Amino acid sequence: MKLHSISFNNLRRRKAKMAFLTIGLMVGITTIVTLITLTRSMATDIERKMEEFGANILITPQSNDLAMSYGGISLGGISFDQREIRESDLAQIRSIRNHTNISAVSPKVLGGVKIDGRDVLLVGVDFAMELKMKQWWNIFGDVPKTEHDLLVGSDAAKALNVMNGDTLTIKGERFKVAGVLDQTGSQDDGLVFAGLAKAQKLLGKEGRISLVEVAALCSGCPIGDMVVQIAEKLPDAKVSAIQQVVATRLHALDQFKRFSYAMAAVVVFIGSLIVFVTMMGSVTERTVEIGVFRAIGFRKSHIMRIILLEAAVVSTIAGLFGYLTGMASARLALPFMAENRDAVLVWDPLVAVGAISLALLLGLVASLYPALHASRMDPTEALRAL
Amino acid sequence: MALINLRDLRKEYVSATETVEALRGVSFTITSGEFVCIMGQSGSGKSTLLSVLGGMSHPSAGDVTIAGKQLYALSDDALADFRATHLGFVFQSFHLIPYLTARENVMLPLAITREKRAEKLRLAEEALSRVGLGRKMDRLPNQLSGGEQERVAIARAIVNKPHILLADEPTGNLDTKTSDEVMAIFRELNEEGQTIVMVTHNPDNCAYAHRTIYLRDGVVVSQAEMSLAA
Repeated sequence: MKLHSISFNNLRRRKAKMAFLTIGLMVGITTIVTLITLTRSMATDIERKMEEFGANILITPQSNDLAMSYGGISLGGISFDQREIRESDLAQIRSIRNHTNISAVSPKVLGGVKIDGRDVLLVGVDFAMELKMKQWWNIFGDVPKTEHDLLVGSDAAKALNVMNGDTLTIKGERFKVAGVLDQTGSQDDGLVFAGLAKAQKLLGKEGRISLVEVAALCSGCPIGDMVVQIAEKLPDAKVSAIQQVVATRLHALDQFKRFSYAMAAVVVFIGSLIVFVTMMGSVTERTVEIGVFRAIGFRKSHIMRIILLEAAVVSTIAGLFGYLTGMASARLALPFMAENRDAVLVWDPLVAVGAISLALLLGLVASLYPALHASRMDPTEALRAL
Repeated sequence: MALINLRDLRKEYVSATETVEALRGVSFTITSGEFVCIMGQSGSGKSTLLSVLGGMSHPSAGDVTIAGKQLYALSDDALADFRATHLGFVFQSFHLIPYLTARENVMLPLAITREKRAEKLRLAEEALSRVGLGRKMDRLPNQLSGGEQERVAIARAIVNKPHILLADEPTGNLDTKTSDEVMAIFRELNEEGQTIVMVTHNPDNCAYAHRTIYLRDGVVVSQAEMSLAA
């Protein structure tokens, strides 16, 4: 018989109470592990996307600086002379030295048109490439399939009072609104998208491109070199790397992380409270028992060791099971939270160590006062308690 | 030479509304090997006396000296150690730990000693056999009768071979027949040299003792040498 035998025997006999305690702390640990693993996996997924699609490269004509803007291209009145990139030059982009790092080239033509008496910015795009790049687009309706199909931004749809299936007339030609974009919070909301060739015709810009977005595949990708190489091929163009989209996502992720940690801290605090209250209850229930221990010669430190050892065992179990259920929850939730369905769960042994250590720390801290309270019980009073 | 020496012991319980004097100047000595019975009605101070004697309740005044040591001059840890090595307690309601077997309950005082497990087991089994429970060592307290639980409590009190056995109403919850069996155990232990101090309100129990000290309202009113019961 040693002191730890008393602790283990008590845990064995009071399974229900100890299970309650374990679950209370486990919920907190599960929450933390789930949130940490999810945010790390999502961040890794975004980093992987960065590696796949790289920093977007934007190619714009050299000398525009106008009022209406899209991705650095501003469009003013018709009297202003705008330069555009020749569509035939686009083939040069894929001839750079790092052409294998190019995932997608998405040319656009921009111009103002009147629809129902309103000035609207019409953007001609290669829908296949555009949709590949803008995976956050959520379309109500269909993707445009014919040259007379349009995709309308959410704000533009409200302003023009159209929904998918309606028709619009642009320069005397009837177009069908194939789909309406869900709000993106970007300038896309105010735009009307048409097929590149049709838009060029409507705007009188056949063979010309207003800007090009290039997605680079980047495993150790030399984005700076690619920018230089494209610039050499297109001397009349301004070529720059865009970090904004990814940076925005990472910023949002960072905010999500902070919110998650705050929520996790609340849950963990509640779990610790459960441990505290349960241990206090347990100590009170064991008043006579503790009185017996003191009467037969146990020191105060012996009593504390018994109580804290029980807390340590329960906390370690809570930490281990909290880690396992946390990882399982993260695995279930990740496909819904990440941008890719095939996002990979990050397994880090340090998270396991951290989860168990945190549970142990919280369990011991929450049990410290109950243990002190137990050790200070007057044995005479304790033995009189019935 | 006296094993136990109580000198002018006083114990007060102070509450918000009143002060109760449980002991009002108790003095007596007990020699080694003596079996002393402390008798008195409820409220006489006998349980308080036992808890002070057992190092569990600091007196308001006076001295308690056991085996040459002033009990309440010791630190809290030293007092606990003293209880572990010199004293054995038998409580009124047995106070066995419900989730430990008879053997484990008896081994409880050994949880803080340094013997190896095999030695602890031997000592516990020896103590249980001594009280006639050799075949029920693996039973839980709720699987034992009242008399058997009392025997386990006695075994637990003697497993460490204490100098003094302190018993608080050991037969308070037992029928007459079982009480006699338990008192017979106490007598046998005393015949082997165990010093016993027993608190009781049952005069039949005191027939087993060498001496009876009568308490009333916190003072010793008389002492009587007894002829030991057969």
